[in-house]
Amino acid sequence: MSQVHSFGIQPISIHSFNENHNQIAFSPNNDEVHIYKSGGQTSGGWEKEDVLMEHGQRVTGIDWAPKSNRIVTCGADRNAYVWTLDSGKWKPTLVILRINRAATCVRWSPMENKFAVGSGARLISVCYFEQENDWWVSKHIKKPIRSTVTSVDWHPNNCLIASGSTDFKARIFSGYIKEVDEKPEATAWGKKMTFANLMNEFSNGGGGWVHAVAFSASGDKLAWVGHDSSVSVVDAQNNMSLAFVKTEFLPFITFTWVTENSLVVGGHDCCPLLFNYDDTGKVVFMNKLDIPKETQTKEISAMKRFQTLDKRATTVEDSDLKTLHQNTITDMTVHTGDRGSAQKISTTGVDGQMIIWDFKSLESSIQGLRIS
Amino acid sequence: MSWLVIDFPQLYLNRGKNVDALKVVLKNAPLSTKNQNTKDKALQLTMRVLTSFRSAEIEKAVNTLDKLEIDMLMKYVYRGFEVPAEGSSAVLLNWHEKAYAKGGLGCIVRVLTDRKHV
Repeated sequence: MSQVHSFGIQPISIHSFNENHNQIAFSPNNDEVHIYKSGGQTSGGWEKEDVLMEHGQRVTGIDWAPKSNRIVTCGADRNAYVWTLDSGKWKPTLVILRINRAATCVRWSPMENKFAVGSGARLISVCYFEQENDWWVSKHIKKPIRSTVTSVDWHPNNCLIASGSTDFKARIFSGYIKEVDEKPEATAWGKKMTFANLMNEFSNGGGGWVHAVAFSASGDKLAWVGHDSSVSVVDAQNNMSLAFVKTEFLPFITFTWVTENSLVVGGHDCCPLLFNYDDTGKVVFMNKLDIPKETQTKEISAMKRFQTLDKRATTVEDSDLKTLHQNTITDMTVHTGDRGSAQKISTTGVDGQMIIWDFKSLESSIQGLRIS
Repeated sequence: MSWLVIDFPQLYLNRGKNVDALKVVLKNAPLSTKNQNTKDKALQLTMRVLTSFRSAEIEKAVNTLDKLEIDMLMKYVYRGFEVPAEGSSAVLLNWHEKAYAKGGLGCIVRVLTDRKHV
């Protein structure tokens, strides 16, 4: 069964779990970062542990590095902070991003020695720690980004960065920093990996802001979702072939790979959907992951019937959505497992809920659902 | 617009093959041209084709269209709303209903987000 946790009425804009999934950091759509710990007594209950209040404006990105247990947050105040746990308290370290617009998204690199911040300043700040000066240094990737960067993701080789932008394109840059990285080997995306080199640029020909990008687990495929309600996948091993599907659903805001060939997307339809990149190189819609059980109609008294008929011109009282999420899904992460084989994913939404979807129980409860 | 030298849509309409006429106008919509005149002429032609259908025939016609054509049809429906003519809105609303049944909300979202306009 999907576990539903409600964290209040504020929308949750972004969330991130720690390595053991017993702690969650999220922002209730304001300048605070809340850290909750999964409680012992109330099964499935979450207790507030800490509130991190360093950002002056809305927090736009949170990423929790699993191995080094550091949290990086970025906000509309053009700053990013790296938080380290110091005797039970989270201590912030300011990172000077040198941007003159809001930061929009942040991701630790796989080896957690760098992180990339997308911003409205039409550039990506790649930050690494300089030991001699004991501070974080940022380098910029500017060309040829023409508009706000909405999302960033790292390739497993710790060097390539994918970015989605409101100029309708998804791009892959090299984020190779010679001070902290070893020279990377050539990947299917290209050979030349000097810092800020544009490796590839993709677009599915329509319009629509790119809301989220991600590499598949092997790093050979890049997928993105856009505001034109489309899901697009580029396969580097298959001659950079681009496949996309323009769906009949409302636009998707977030997604995650769950196997090498399947992804789960979520957005304004408030329902996670499963898509598959099949062997013929097409993106195919497979299943909705949130199929509500048919509720039995409750007995309504005659008086109540006429009252609702008078107020709302219908005899049905139900104004809730049939899906578990009552509003847009804003963020989705892999909870248990990794991008190559996820067992559980978690979604947060504008309804203030965090729902953990367990694929094993979904596969048994939804007919014909097979995630491969 | 080379296809207008031989006015296929009008030929099809004359022979009562309005589904074929519809496919031609949707496939050859002048998206990339900057010539507003071309776009206006194409719009008029498409409106003529759309109004040539009886209400009962619309659903069958929509079912013969593929995804891209449905998206294009929806674009023309909304463009047609912008320049209302006598009784055109009622016909367009009928087309809108049938196109929405097939294309869903995503189809309407693409009318708003696509950079190339009809």
